[in-house]
Amino acid sequence: MNSFVPPEIDWAALSPILIVLGAAVVGVLIEAFVAGKVRRTVQVLLSVLALGAALVTVAWRWTVVQSQGATSLVAGAVVEDAPALLTQGIVLICAFVGLLVIAERSGGEDAFAPTAAAVPGSAYETQARRMGLVQTEAYPLVLFSVGGMLIFPAATDLLTLFIALEVLSLPLYLLSGLARRRRLLSQEASLKYFLLGAFSSAFFLMGVALLYGYSGSVHLTEVATAVPQMTGMDGVLLAGVILVIIGLLFKVGAVPFHSWIPDVYHGAPTPITGFMAACTKIAAFAALVRFVYVVAPGLSWDLSPALWIIAILTMLVGTVVGIVQTNIKRMLAYSSVAHAGFVLLGVVAWTSSGISSVWVYLLVYGLATVGAFGLVSLVRERDAEGNVTAEAGHLSQWAGLGRRHPVVAVCFTVFLLSFAGIPLTAGFIGKYVVFAAAIEGGAWPLVLVAVAASAAAAFFYVRVIVLMFFTEPAEDALGARATVVRTEGLSVVAVAVCAIGTVLLGVLPGPLLDLAADATKFLL
Amino acid sequence: MSLINYLVLSGILFSIGAVAVLVRRNALVAFMGVELMLNAANLTLVTFARMHGDLHGQVLAFFVMVVAAAEVVIGLAIIVSIFRTRGSASLDDVNLLKN
Repeated sequence: MNSFVPPEIDWAALSPILIVLGAAVVGVLIEAFVAGKVRRTVQVLLSVLALGAALVTVAWRWTVVQSQGATSLVAGAVVEDAPALLTQGIVLICAFVGLLVIAERSGGEDAFAPTAAAVPGSAYETQARRMGLVQTEAYPLVLFSVGGMLIFPAATDLLTLFIALEVLSLPLYLLSGLARRRRLLSQEASLKYFLLGAFSSAFFLMGVALLYGYSGSVHLTEVATAVPQMTGMDGVLLAGVILVIIGLLFKVGAVPFHSWIPDVYHGAPTPITGFMAACTKIAAFAALVRFVYVVAPGLSWDLSPALWIIAILTMLVGTVVGIVQTNIKRMLAYSSVAHAGFVLLGVVAWTSSGISSVWVYLLVYGLATVGAFGLVSLVRERDAEGNVTAEAGHLSQWAGLGRRHPVVAVCFTVFLLSFAGIPLTAGFIGKYVVFAAAIEGGAWPLVLVAVAASAAAAFFYVRVIVLMFFTEPAEDALGARATVVRTEGLSVVAVAVCAIGTVLLGVLPGPLLDLAADATKFLL
Repeated sequence: MSLINYLVLSGILFSIGAVAVLVRRNALVAFMGVELMLNAANLTLVTFARMHGDLHGQVLAFFVMVVAAAEVVIGLAIIVSIFRTRGSASLDDVNLLKN
């Protein structure tokens, strides 16, 4: 009779995750007990402090891991190793700037519906808006989601991976439906994201079940050791691995599984779009790289062709469909699909430089994405009376913006150039390391496609720059002409951090490259 | 009875669920398809747990039920808010984002 052995838990090593999830729970209590007038201030302060503290603890744990080596925590459910800590750090940086954009109140109103439960256009909604109600539940939801994103790259058993996937996704389904303006689009985005997300997590779960059946364990390490001993159940193994990868590729937005991306990114409140475009992709790629490099190396002959096709399709579809978009958010959504394809190059390289190149690309992409969506949320339409209304989504409304609001346009240009991969921006460094890793891994045909795709993608980024600086706005569209709304300053800080980071990493990439090169060893 | 039969059954349930999500036009029915897929995965887990003589699979199934319950809460909230706005839960009507 074997007795129960309680697992040893190293609380200090779990502190980044505990801080964020603890703050989220406190946030829920604040919703219940703090008076309405100060609730928003308290929530914003709490979330900013929590993310900042988590970032500091991640840095501290990084030094501990560097000196004492990686460890496995909570009976092997979570691991503390260099790749996990680095990706947690990247998630936290992007979440921190993303949170500043989310907390922004331009013209006295934030991006969320006064009461999400009110039917759009009803008298109740008008009354709620007039009373100045705010939906501060957004902050705890963001924190819960970040908590899931922190567990996701560190999870080393399939059950923890599944729970983390749900913890990061469920709050995002709700957040996408909370937009203050264009609420029908927002609710629709929420429904689409939810149905497709639940659909994909069912595939993921079936994959987990099959891998458990094949190996008799849910630990990645034990699954990995079971892989070489093909016990006549190779079909189950391969199906399981493919289903799990499909679940992860859905979160990443790779091409056969990308159909939700443009709709959800378009409909969701713009600050939330920036947050999830950056952070979800970082966390999902971190988990994908861990899964592929720990479990699947023995299957690389079976998986490589499929991953190659997915990478090529992702780059091509993202670029080609992105060119014909007329809405700025949809254009950025397709560009993020194309970026997922570029990151996949680092994944299929099957080398340690491939792993580090993925981390570099994710940070670079995350900063530019949060910054770009932060600016999109500031450029607004004006109605006939001159009141500032919803975001100016149509590209034609961005014409001539560079003359009227040069600072905004210049910052946006920096982000677009980084997306395009122009030298002296961080995007160039990201593309360079990914391409170099792929060539080293023998994936040069992919690199050819990627270079062609980034040249084509540069076209639609440059088109927006030309539109902003060198095109006169159409005279007849006077009422719909875009304006930049006054901010309270939080967005300014966020955009400035992103822009400076983008330029700095482009000019001085050395420290980041060294950091990423240290984080290529997964603890088995 | 061989345990393989349970795996075949869960495969059939999973496929029925997947087809329901893809084909049915009512958001609630599509959502029930997802739930069917999750329960098919549960059946697979429990069957494999029995095959391996190991409890992990059964514990996993409990976690899946909890997650499925949380998913129902969020899913129904979203579907109800859409229904109150439009007076219908048909997925064909949800097409504003197409253009």
